[in-house]
Amino acid sequence: MPTRPLSPHLSVYRMYRYTLATSITNRFTAMALSLGLLLLVYWLMAIAGGARSYARAVQVLTLPLMKLVYAALIVAFSYHLVAGLRHLVWDTGRGLERAQSQRSAWVVVTVSIVLMLLIGWRVLCGGMHTS
Amino acid sequence: MSLRSPLGRVLGAGAAGDGVRHWWQQRLTSVALVPLTVWFVVSLLALPSLGHATLVAWMSQSSTALLLILLVLAASWHSQLGVRVVIEDYVHGSGTRTLCLVLIGFAHVLLAAAGMFAILRVAFGGAP
Repeated sequence: MPTRPLSPHLSVYRMYRYTLATSITNRFTAMALSLGLLLLVYWLMAIAGGARSYARAVQVLTLPLMKLVYAALIVAFSYHLVAGLRHLVWDTGRGLERAQSQRSAWVVVTVSIVLMLLIGWRVLCGGMHTS
Repeated sequence: MSLRSPLGRVLGAGAAGDGVRHWWQQRLTSVALVPLTVWFVVSLLALPSLGHATLVAWMSQSSTALLLILLVLAASWHSQLGVRVVIEDYVHGSGTRTLCLVLIGFAHVLLAAAGMFAILRVAFGGAP
């Protein structure tokens, strides 16, 4: 290790800090949603290709593994939406005090979990049929 | 005393060369994506089924097609801006980084174009 001062890296940060946790979760969910965009366009192209092309895509989209992907996307969407709104509030210069930011972190976690459960419940009970 | 030239100050570009444009576009697209994504999720969950005929009927409505196009465009641009920052943060070595940025840019343009083409094809009754 050089003796000069180094910029902080993973070994320096306290990983359990809510600031770091909410921030990195926002980025992870963002990356997941970027892959979700790929899936969305694949789905749109399959629809546009006609009934037979859609039937082929449905075979892929209804693989058991895909349930995990949809669950991840629901989690990612819910979190990134609510955390993004928190960022927009911050951008107006509000809510940046430590106490406010700690409180809003809990609000983001709570609201996004409620949103995940709501969407998940609707997907499960709605029984999204593909025929 | 500032070492910035008068022109540089007027343009407000700073060291990155494009000022706050990236930041501002990220905010604009995020504001647009709040209603668009909520609309998309709610509409999708409200559909009676995800069968081909149902989806084509849904996408043939002008309002659906229009909102879907806005969604795909805003999401592609927002995603491009975001992935770009992640690459700039974590991919080191200017050659690899530039290559990644170019590929990511092309990939997002392709996604936006393909998505829009698919939506319009269905909306104009071109889906077989």
